[in-house]
Amino acid sequence: MTTSTALLEIDGVSKKFGPVQALDRADFTVGAGEVVGLVGDNGAGKSTLVKTIAGIHSPDTGAIRFGGEQVSITRPQDATALGIATVYQDLALCDNLDVVANIFLGQEVVTGGPARATRQLDEAKMEHRAGDLLSNLAVTIPSMRTEVGTLSGGQRQQVAVARSLLGEPKVVLLDEPTAALGVPQTKQVLELIGRLRERGMGVVVISHNLANIFEIADRIVVLRLGRTAGEFQAEATTEEHVVAAITGVGGNDEKKDEEEGAG
Amino acid sequence: MSAAEGAAPAAPEGETSTASETVRRFVQGDLASLRVVLGLAVIWAIFQFENDRFLSAENLTNLMLQITAVGLISIGIVFVLLLGEIDLSVGAVSGLAAAVMAVLNVKHGWSPYLAILAAILVGTVIGVLQGSVFSRFGVPSFVVTLAGLLAWQGALLQVLGSTGSINLNDPKITGLANTFYSDTVGWAFAVVVIVAYAGIVLAGYRSRVAHGLTGESLTPLAIRIALVALITIVAVAVLNSDRGVPLALLILLAFVVGLEYVARRTRFGRHVYAVGGNAEAARRAGIGVNKIRIAVFALAGTMAAIGGILAASRLLAVNQSSGGSELLLLAIAGPVIAGTSLFGGRGAVWTALLGALVIGSIANGMDLLALSSAVKFMVTGGVLLLAVIVDAIARQQRQAAGRV
Repeated sequence: MTTSTALLEIDGVSKKFGPVQALDRADFTVGAGEVVGLVGDNGAGKSTLVKTIAGIHSPDTGAIRFGGEQVSITRPQDATALGIATVYQDLALCDNLDVVANIFLGQEVVTGGPARATRQLDEAKMEHRAGDLLSNLAVTIPSMRTEVGTLSGGQRQQVAVARSLLGEPKVVLLDEPTAALGVPQTKQVLELIGRLRERGMGVVVISHNLANIFEIADRIVVLRLGRTAGEFQAEATTEEHVVAAITGVGGNDEKKDEEEGAG
Repeated sequence: MSAAEGAAPAAPEGETSTASETVRRFVQGDLASLRVVLGLAVIWAIFQFENDRFLSAENLTNLMLQITAVGLISIGIVFVLLLGEIDLSVGAVSGLAAAVMAVLNVKHGWSPYLAILAAILVGTVIGVLQGSVFSRFGVPSFVVTLAGLLAWQGALLQVLGSTGSINLNDPKITGLANTFYSDTVGWAFAVVVIVAYAGIVLAGYRSRVAHGLTGESLTPLAIRIALVALITIVAVAVLNSDRGVPLALLILLAFVVGLEYVARRTRFGRHVYAVGGNAEAARRAGIGVNKIRIAVFALAGTMAAIGGILAASRLLAVNQSSGGSELLLLAIAGPVIAGTSLFGGRGAVWTALLGALVIGSIANGMDLLALSSAVKFMVTGGVLLLAVIVDAIARQQRQAAGRV
């Protein structure tokens, strides 16, 4: 289900942290309605690549194109404005707040009328919109007013994904969305990723779990030592091929990966 | 939008909590306030049993006057606790602000309004200063405000000068804590409170219905309105049978209601809870964490100053011990006893009022029983310890249940 025109295109991006070459002319694309699995060993540059796209790091060299146009992403706001949303591994939810408050955190809807002067929250409108958002994603949460801290890991992940969709992004980056989840919860999250694809978004999934990647991804991109070391159509390849690309079998010695560090 | 058909709708809103859910919330501290109301009832019953003047209209009116200053200071403390921080300077700030007001009014002949305004401003500026040092340099709030405690106590002595004590005689200032309203005004106040509360609750309900969020039935809302009406009517009746509704109590209630609104219903309040719950998440969501912190410490300083002004008005003087002794600890203990967590992110402004009532009742009752200061301190300390243990247990329970 690959599309011919890439929505987001990373072209020869390099990033150095002191002596560590975290990204070394990495190439990467994702199209609309496509799920791309981004895999690689620890320190292969996966997280650096995601943070570069998300505007947390700016690349030393190379180009980022969005919708065919070259763009400059230097701050997280730039990425958000383009329509790139990122869900980090630690989710960044406030456990003491309910589902609605977390989804709208930092983007609260305030009421009109005289109460607007106090920045009064429009709770009913937020709850309504959050309810729509979650039901469109077929996410089941016991109550919109449940504290997020009481939810299961899978539900928390789904809330975090739902929150990233509030600005109607075109590309969603998910960093280890299934780490630390049980089997049924992992299934929920993978189904959610499938629904993002159905809605025409480009989805980038970083994961250590190749089984999950094969289950959901259309295309698999392997990073190794900061370089794009392989690209596979998920249906046309096997885990052995991908693992070989990750470890660089037949090539360099494997210990070097760890030394490259700076994930 | 695809994928909606066939899938279960996301949220059965307004789910009624089951009995076991209620028990869980009780244990984990979400219903801490109910626990405290029960505790307050027990305390009142014990003191009434020991001395039947305790629940007399006169003594209850005195109790209201006694808790005003601490309650006002506690309101600011609640916001600081919601951030998961602490402000140890509020006692000293309240004393300093009162001294500034007294000196400007009595020695320099400023109008009472300007003197009060200047005193409040002193509290605000101190709060901004401490909040800035805390957030810009990352110095723990404990240390910043401990330094503040010493420094502002010194400033209090400096401002008071050689006399060490200033008597207040301006009727505008002494009137703050010594004005009582007629029965008619008292009842008018009761009507306003009940109508306003019912209006707000029903407006919220209508807004939910307008957005298609039904499920919340009208019965619990009616019960809440009836409860507020009952408490208001009983309180006004009791106060009217003595000297009348005191202005000081109205000031306290106005701040409690106003800042409860800020905490619960405004974007600022939401951000305060967010920073207290997970500062990193708040930062990534684009919330100006440092701005929130400075604003909260400014609020704490402001409320401390207002509390200090009320305390001075009641005492009719400012002296070297103004804002000293146990005032600070009681102001922090009150909200914690009433269910605001020391760990941040959980609590409510009205716990300042409830906590002040509990602590004030204990102090007042022990005074009636003519117990020594030694006993009073030990009992109050014991109650605080108990409250903090309950808070810690509630937190452990939440963590055991997978909630942080």
